[in-house]
Amino acid sequence: MVETALVDWSRLQFALTAGYHWIFVPLTLGLAVIMAVMETIYVVKGDEFWKRAAKFWMKLFAINFAVGIATGIILEFQFGTNFSNYSWFVGDIFGAPLAIEGIFAFFMEATFFAVMFFGWQKVGKRFHLASTWFVALGAAISAVWILVANSWMQHPVGMEFNPDTVRHEMVDFSALVLNPVAISKFFHSWFSGWMTGAIFVIGVSCWYLLKKREQKFALSSIRIAAIVGIIGTLGVMFTGDSSAVHVSKYQPMKLAAAEGLENGGERAPFSIVPGIEIPGMLSVLATHDIDGYVPGINNILDGYTTPDGQTHLSAEQKMERGKIAIEAFSNYRELKDSNPEEAAIARKTLEENIEYFGYGYINSRNELVPPVPLVYWAFRVMVGLGSALLLLMFIVLWAERKKRLESMTWLQKAAILAIPMVYLAGQAGWIVAEVGRQPWVIEGLLPVKSAVSSVSVGAVQTTFFIFVAIFTLFLAIELRILFKAIKEGPKTEVE
Amino acid sequence: MYFYMCKNIIIEMRNAIIGIWNFYVDGFRNMTWGRTLWWLILLKVILLFLVLRAFFFKPTLADKSEEERIEYVGNQLSNNK
Repeated sequence: MVETALVDWSRLQFALTAGYHWIFVPLTLGLAVIMAVMETIYVVKGDEFWKRAAKFWMKLFAINFAVGIATGIILEFQFGTNFSNYSWFVGDIFGAPLAIEGIFAFFMEATFFAVMFFGWQKVGKRFHLASTWFVALGAAISAVWILVANSWMQHPVGMEFNPDTVRHEMVDFSALVLNPVAISKFFHSWFSGWMTGAIFVIGVSCWYLLKKREQKFALSSIRIAAIVGIIGTLGVMFTGDSSAVHVSKYQPMKLAAAEGLENGGERAPFSIVPGIEIPGMLSVLATHDIDGYVPGINNILDGYTTPDGQTHLSAEQKMERGKIAIEAFSNYRELKDSNPEEAAIARKTLEENIEYFGYGYINSRNELVPPVPLVYWAFRVMVGLGSALLLLMFIVLWAERKKRLESMTWLQKAAILAIPMVYLAGQAGWIVAEVGRQPWVIEGLLPVKSAVSSVSVGAVQTTFFIFVAIFTLFLAIELRILFKAIKEGPKTEVE
Repeated sequence: MYFYMCKNIIIEMRNAIIGIWNFYVDGFRNMTWGRTLWWLILLKVILLFLVLRAFFFKPTLADKSEEERIEYVGNQLSNNK
């Protein structure tokens, strides 16, 4: 039996690292698009002002990139050390997109990133512009592979379990890449990056307005950023809608937890906050049908039948099937050399129950429920802040167009305050996605407690606190360099 | 004829490689604020790979052969944790 403390510390360390990594990624994704748009205007209009603007935002992009680079590698260290069972069990599938991302990111960054920063005087305008767009595209493509890997954990497809190698082996690469969860998750994350980049640019520009400096630069940047941000936020909403449909289909417990829905049914209500509900709205969001059936936590645990006749097993039935699968796996390993006939029977039993393999490690039905209050409130923080920030961007764009923004100091202050808020919304989104899928590291196939390595709790605690110290140090360094660059402003010659 | 074609291709390739090399060397040499960022990246890479990876994050299965890994993880997953 694995110690609960070891599972919790391993999980906490991973959450800390992933959360830290996600501070840098969305700004990279979004700011890359904004600076590429600015450089495009420069190339089309030939106005040096836009070149200066693009170069300034590139400088902030580089600072964010330099501090964020390689923070994702720490997650891979943790896979090998703290989650070795997981790494072996699914490494054949999970490793492929990560390897592609690593190689691809390196080459894209080593070439186009260098041209973008070193090439202003050395390559033609159009070639430079293409490089800037390739940096933006490369960041997005990197995200594709990471989210393909993540989505596979949420909705595993395209693989077969091989009991001889104790590995899930990839049988259909296209199923992995075209996983519907991956598609909506990528666009949802990418557009949330646009939103982060936009709010960052608007906030920094409003600081200049508040200080009554760089006004033309600030207003022009706000215009571009607000348009990119509004498009991005609408994209986030649209892809969030398709995400909800996928979650209701493939991870109904996550949806029930995010809604705090104990008992579901047809015309399920959407909870705005506890006590205030919109009747039927959850059914609309989850199934695109007001009469759609949405199971609650108790329905999922007790087992339920949907109106179209599909039966879903209870927690106990799934746990029983899971134990049969693990027993068959164990028997197969014991018998495969000594008694091939019995081993073949065991393998068949395993294949018939493999869908519930992970449930065999679950000891009590309560383990199948994620922390509901955390997921419920994280969802509300994400949606609430996302909506407020969309409204803010509309107001800022309107004020800029009407030439009123310079005098609206309250709006400038609100825009500065929006910078931490957009990060909070992004982190809350990942809490919904990752805490909401607990106890699973791979949905239905492997719970976190069975994925962890047999290492000492003390070792994980030690590295956890080392990470806290390193992350705090690097974040402080980034903020210091970033604030210095912002204070210097766009007049500084950048390269 | 063939010899001269090959020779020209080799010369062009060599010039291209030198050009790319000079592009990077000039870029790094003329950096101003970027220099700080490169030091930061270097410091981080040293911390990650030479300290954390080497001393704290040794992969659990690294010292095992493929057969031993199969056996080890198989045993871990067979024992109903």
